[in-house]
Amino acid sequence: MSAHPEIPPEEAVTVHVDGREFRVRKGAMIIEVTDAAGISVPRFCYHEKLSVAANCRMCMVEVENAPKPLPACATPVADGMKVYTRSDVAQGAQKAVMEFLLINHPLDCPICDQGGECELQDLALGYGRDVSRFTEKKRVVKDKYIGPLIATDMTRCIHCTRCIRMLSEVAGKMELGATGRGENMEIGTYIEQSLESELSGNVIDVCPVGALTSRPFRFKARAWELNQHASIAPHDSIGSNIYVHTRRGRVMRVVPRENEEINEVWLSDRDRFSYEGLYSDDRLTAPMVKVEGRWEETDWDTALRAAVDGLRSIADKSGADQLGMLVSPTATLEEMFLAQAIARGLGTHSVDHRLRRSDPCDQDSAPLAPLLGMPLEQLEAINAALVVGANPRKEQPIAGHRLRKAALAGASIMFVNPVDYEFLFPVHARAVVPPSQMPQVLAGICACFPGVGSKAPEAVRSLIAGARPDADQQAMANALKEADAATVLLGNTAAAHPQASLIRALAGVIAEASGAVLGFLPECVNSVGGWLAGTVPHRGPAGELVATPGMDARMMCAQPRKGYVLFNVEPEYDCNDGAGTLRAIAGADFVVSLGPWAGASIKASADVLLPIGAFTETSGTFVNAEGRWQSFTAVAPAYADSRPGWKVLRVLGNLLQLDGFEYTSTEEIRDDLRRRVDAASGFSAAVANCVADVAKGNGLERIGDVPIHAADALVRRAASLQQTPDATGIAARMCAAQAEKSGVGDGTTIKVLQDDHVARIALAIDERVPEGCIWLPSATRATAELGPYFGSVTIEKI
Amino acid sequence: MDRLSNFLKSLTLSELRKGLGVTGRHLFRRKITVQYPEEKTPQSNRFRGLHALRRYPNGEERCIACKLCEAVCPALAITIEAEERDDGTRRTTRYDIDLFKCIYCGFCEESCPVDSIVETRIYEYAFEERGENIMTKEMLLAVGDKYEEQIARDRMQDAAYR
Repeated sequence: MSAHPEIPPEEAVTVHVDGREFRVRKGAMIIEVTDAAGISVPRFCYHEKLSVAANCRMCMVEVENAPKPLPACATPVADGMKVYTRSDVAQGAQKAVMEFLLINHPLDCPICDQGGECELQDLALGYGRDVSRFTEKKRVVKDKYIGPLIATDMTRCIHCTRCIRMLSEVAGKMELGATGRGENMEIGTYIEQSLESELSGNVIDVCPVGALTSRPFRFKARAWELNQHASIAPHDSIGSNIYVHTRRGRVMRVVPRENEEINEVWLSDRDRFSYEGLYSDDRLTAPMVKVEGRWEETDWDTALRAAVDGLRSIADKSGADQLGMLVSPTATLEEMFLAQAIARGLGTHSVDHRLRRSDPCDQDSAPLAPLLGMPLEQLEAINAALVVGANPRKEQPIAGHRLRKAALAGASIMFVNPVDYEFLFPVHARAVVPPSQMPQVLAGICACFPGVGSKAPEAVRSLIAGARPDADQQAMANALKEADAATVLLGNTAAAHPQASLIRALAGVIAEASGAVLGFLPECVNSVGGWLAGTVPHRGPAGELVATPGMDARMMCAQPRKGYVLFNVEPEYDCNDGAGTLRAIAGADFVVSLGPWAGASIKASADVLLPIGAFTETSGTFVNAEGRWQSFTAVAPAYADSRPGWKVLRVLGNLLQLDGFEYTSTEEIRDDLRRRVDAASGFSAAVANCVADVAKGNGLERIGDVPIHAADALVRRAASLQQTPDATGIAARMCAAQAEKSGVGDGTTIKVLQDDHVARIALAIDERVPEGCIWLPSATRATAELGPYFGSVTIEKI
Repeated sequence: MDRLSNFLKSLTLSELRKGLGVTGRHLFRRKITVQYPEEKTPQSNRFRGLHALRRYPNGEERCIACKLCEAVCPALAITIEAEERDDGTRRTTRYDIDLFKCIYCGFCEESCPVDSIVETRIYEYAFEERGENIMTKEMLLAVGDKYEEQIARDRMQDAAYR
């Protein structure tokens, strides 16, 4: 802190702390100075990332010439200030505060989950008295139910209000608050209800005592029994840094690992609680082979041999192009690389990880990988963002948090969405239109930039020429034009949209005309990695061109293959046309499925099941939206008889007698690929020039986004997350006007028909959905039987 | 001079007589040998023998699965697994003590905040089969139930010094 080069001299002041001299920025709080200098000052309510409340009074320090001790967290430094953190006055004040804090604290450390990692326990050791002088009655507070993720023991609360501040300032919703004053003050939700925030789990971390603890982890283990391993969260494309805590080789919980550049100190609930799915009931314990329609557990040799024989016989009998490979975008980079090498080694290029995309017609002009185009940190420093087809709050919660910070700092955040998603910040402008109208809105924005029509790619020129921009679109264009740092972000809905190429082309035009960065928010943790590793039909590893591209995921569904290899894929949930893909796979002659789990559909359609390790049981690399390669190691031994995915693929490659399977570690694969990716050139976010034809149905337009807790196989098995409002509130939604037109009412169960798929689901009236549309979230049990995410559906009353 | 005194000592068998003197003296002293197992030596109330898990008078097990005993055990003889019981209390689902590993130091008893795990006066036990050395929660509770009176009396006697 002393001699800080960034502090301009006119802003610097000199303070003395415990006799040491520091040059610090004017207006900094004393506690910031001591923290930077490594001088420990006890505190409960102060948190680096939250506003200053100064209500615990634990950080009292002595300041020369001040009549009383002052709270270090709320006292700005002044020139020549002399601070004593260890003087008798300071320590006396701290000890007195501690005595008061302990008056009403139950001291039930032996049954408290925070025991062993409790800030109050730690500080009580240094500042507390041996024996309490308090003989009166202690306060008891009734516990409150605040949802399936967080357990409460409110008697332990010391009223630091960190949880309140965290939820209102970071998560953006005042879900917890204080009622009553003084001793009667209680923290709660006012009316009993679950916390709905996707960042709610962070209150567990900020709570300095055991008042708010993890419910799934309740009473399961003690802090001192756990081994801490660094890893990467396997869900959204942020790649949040985590610590996985294991005990006796079993994952017990997940906590955030601080990384200012990515997740700061926060973690989304999905990343935090999804570990519960690791050991779900349908976890595979041994390789299995289907013999005469019955599953038999077997050894690896037999199972691998069966897989190899089956694949070879399809390739020999029907030709290698009858084989298709679907790879989950949650697979590691190394697994993806080996998987595509097997497919290509067998002679087919039909390999894809873009399971939720339906319009790949612009893939030849796609960039090397769909990247954010800027560091994540930069996202909070932008002045304007046009977010197209995205709900970052639920899809990439950490990116949503960064955008919220930008919005609160004055940035103009604008949305073009098929649903008026809830954003917890002021939205500059929004266009909520049916999915089929999204290109028109974007074309309208394009048309606001003079002279853009002639520069735009041919495919979209006529659309732009025909657009008549309204006031909202004009406002969006103006905000982008005026901003110093602007971005156009394409989210999950934009990617899954049946005219994704058109949307990308128009977004590209807007970005170019306004000088904004065109960025992507990919859906899964390794969606970017898949492009780099070559799990796309038209490009090999590092974007290497393929002479005769294979089929993409949608084609493999539309034109069923005779043999499939599934890498951790649950077709009905993971694919855009879930039911259709499942039907194609079930009709195939031979299907090999590699995955940690095997659901009923996989068991019904596969012929060989190879159990592989989940992300905690394998080493590997995830590439996040920024293009950051984050490698991790296995933190727990492989479950039962499963093996790390890359090893299974490697042996499979060896047994198929393919070249290039001599790797002995994931690091080798990664370094090899890294060299090739670094050398790759000639890719740009070249503006797409392609429009997919979409059949116009005469029913309602389906909006089929993927709910936060349905995103991948792991989170779908996380029991507690599945009890949150985000997971239990799944319903078909439409606005009241549309419901009246369709003759259905709130709460009734309706029959939904999409092509030849049928599903029954409860209807909810929701004004966020535009007229003519029905919001039918995908990847959930209720809608797994339906077809593509977007398209025409008809509904019937039952 | 030394040689002369050594010669005299060996000549007079003084060493032998000294030794026989000790024997003779003890021949007429009170015997301290006890005829185990018919007879037993007296035991301190602090004796550290076989472990037991105690209950409250209402029958509720005392152990709250705080795992302090597991943490303090220098021989890593204790294995605990815990869970939330249906009534919301913190309870063990597994409480194993490996008597082969245990060194009977008594730290577990000292660390217990609810006087649940105790070391009793029992020291006469043996194993015939592999695996019998593991005392499970049920076995420990059974020991506690059987000897509760004695256990409680012993703790009472020692209460002033704890």
